[in-house]
Amino acid sequence: MDVLAKSIGLSFVDWLIIAIYFAFVIGIGFYLKRYTKTADDFFLAGRKSTSWVAGLAFLSANLGALELLGMTGNTYKYGMYVAHFYWIGAIPAMIFLGVYMMPFYYSSRIKSVPGYLKLRFDEKTRVLNGFSFAIMTLLVSGINLYAMALVLHTFLGWNWDASMWASALTVALYVTLSGLVSAIFTEIIQFFLIWFGLFLVSVLGIVDIGSIHEIFRRIPEAYSKLWSNSGDPAQNGMAITWAGIVLGLGFVLSFGYWTTDFLVVQRALSARNLRSARNTPILASFFKMAVPFIVILAGLIALVLAKDPKAAFALLQDGGKVNYDSALPLLIARYYPPGLIGLGVTALLAGFMAGQAGNISAFNTVWTYDIYQSVFNKKASPLHLLWMGRMATVAGILVSVVTAYWAKSFPSIMDYMQAIFSWVNAPLFATMLLGMFVRWITPNGAFWGLIAGMGSSFTMFLAVKFSWIQPHLITLSKVTSDMAVNFWRAWWAWLICFVVTIIVSFFTKRKPDFELVGLVKGLTPQTLGQPVPLHRKPEFWAVLSLIIFILLNIYFW
Amino acid sequence: MSDGEKKMKPIWYFVGLILLAMGGVVFLSGLYTLIFRVQHKTALAELHPDLWWGAIMVIVGIIFFLKNKTGR
Repeated sequence: MDVLAKSIGLSFVDWLIIAIYFAFVIGIGFYLKRYTKTADDFFLAGRKSTSWVAGLAFLSANLGALELLGMTGNTYKYGMYVAHFYWIGAIPAMIFLGVYMMPFYYSSRIKSVPGYLKLRFDEKTRVLNGFSFAIMTLLVSGINLYAMALVLHTFLGWNWDASMWASALTVALYVTLSGLVSAIFTEIIQFFLIWFGLFLVSVLGIVDIGSIHEIFRRIPEAYSKLWSNSGDPAQNGMAITWAGIVLGLGFVLSFGYWTTDFLVVQRALSARNLRSARNTPILASFFKMAVPFIVILAGLIALVLAKDPKAAFALLQDGGKVNYDSALPLLIARYYPPGLIGLGVTALLAGFMAGQAGNISAFNTVWTYDIYQSVFNKKASPLHLLWMGRMATVAGILVSVVTAYWAKSFPSIMDYMQAIFSWVNAPLFATMLLGMFVRWITPNGAFWGLIAGMGSSFTMFLAVKFSWIQPHLITLSKVTSDMAVNFWRAWWAWLICFVVTIIVSFFTKRKPDFELVGLVKGLTPQTLGQPVPLHRKPEFWAVLSLIIFILLNIYFW
Repeated sequence: MSDGEKKMKPIWYFVGLILLAMGGVVFLSGLYTLIFRVQHKTALAELHPDLWWGAIMVIVGIIFFLKNKTGR
């Protein structure tokens, strides 16, 4: 580690670039404070964002530095298979959200996803989801904070505590000052910094090796395929079949995350009208499809260089194991001179901090509206809620810091990140799907379905973790991997929630139709709005996105 | 936000500013390397990626900055 820390040590210009970034984000927080006067300004950015602003923020809220490092490393390990996370694991769900689900979210004027659950079902379902989302968000936020400090310490030799506190306090400052609007501003800045800071790695890697064709020629054939070796789990690095990819990742985990996770949905709710809100995830889908040009290409470049003795390139070893996360930092160290190193490091820092701000701004909204106002103070005034949002931001950051220290004592908690999503989001997607499209689903059906889905997912996790059952009982395959178990567990949790919700709904009282107008398909009058030309319709861009998605999958079949 | 208050600058204005500032630093650093023939040990250093990548950032930054400085 020390060798690497020295090899990507920072010069004066690198520190200057990092200082510019910190000065900018804090300055933006102070600048925007004067425009943040109401609770709507703080929690929903005043509902004034265009589709471009909301769309890039929607994507960036998910584009964290941990993901960039992890996915580049995973590509080194598994090859093109990792592109499934960006294509089938995202695009259909984003399009579905924009085309079918957003009208229900946006038109009901809710402030959060749990807020929709209250309108469609009842208060207890809202509070259940509010609490589970708040706990999940703070856990993820703390683990992210820990991971950021670990990365900066490992690759740059920075002090663990100092880097964690500096970034946590900066995020606390600008989110407390101006809420979601500053979170969105920093997310968009992060988007540009990631592209300008990291895409050059791929460009220089291609020049170094010769061409993209040469990169694909020099990797094992199985590493350049998406689907053709997915029939037999023993034939691909992830040890998973196409059914696991489609059902677990492509359907449940992807739809569960992109259509119900308030962290991303909140960005679409900040849009200025329904058409912009619907365009938000659809526009984001084009950029999501492009992210592999950074992470997948960089991972494949690292793989080619590592196989070439003349390149003198090898990933770090950590306790006798290969540290796959070191692929991207090592490529930065290989190609970037001073100045560009600062830009690359700033891109990673921006990814971490914007992710942190995203989590905290989603947490403060759910805490304020779905827990504090719903459970503790039903008569709170808008000004009091604004104050509570600011307090929740500070408290959320402090809890994240405590969680980060906890994660430092138990590093294996990092392994639970993916699992946490399948505990909360996978069953919630079944609840939302039934709630929005089936009018006879009852409040008690939704509540007990969610309890059953979340409980079963958690129980399956413990059962595999402590070897109460064999993993192949969940994956239905003799060859299996942690990732395959994750995908299949999400599928079963979704199915259990789906079935229990339907069964309980048969025996419990449904809400009258007039209370569901605007919340359920079939009871919602279609709002046509102003006629717009074809190229401004969400459906037009959705079809275009879908065509590109299909072509990419066929090309890399 | 009241009507009498100064209109908020769009995000693209700040994107332009930060690309201009960071691109400027990267470009100047590359220019220094070229003029004073500083030898970096990085691969492909002879292509001076800092010089042209910094210049691209400056150009994109100027476009964003100028198009949005009126706060439309």
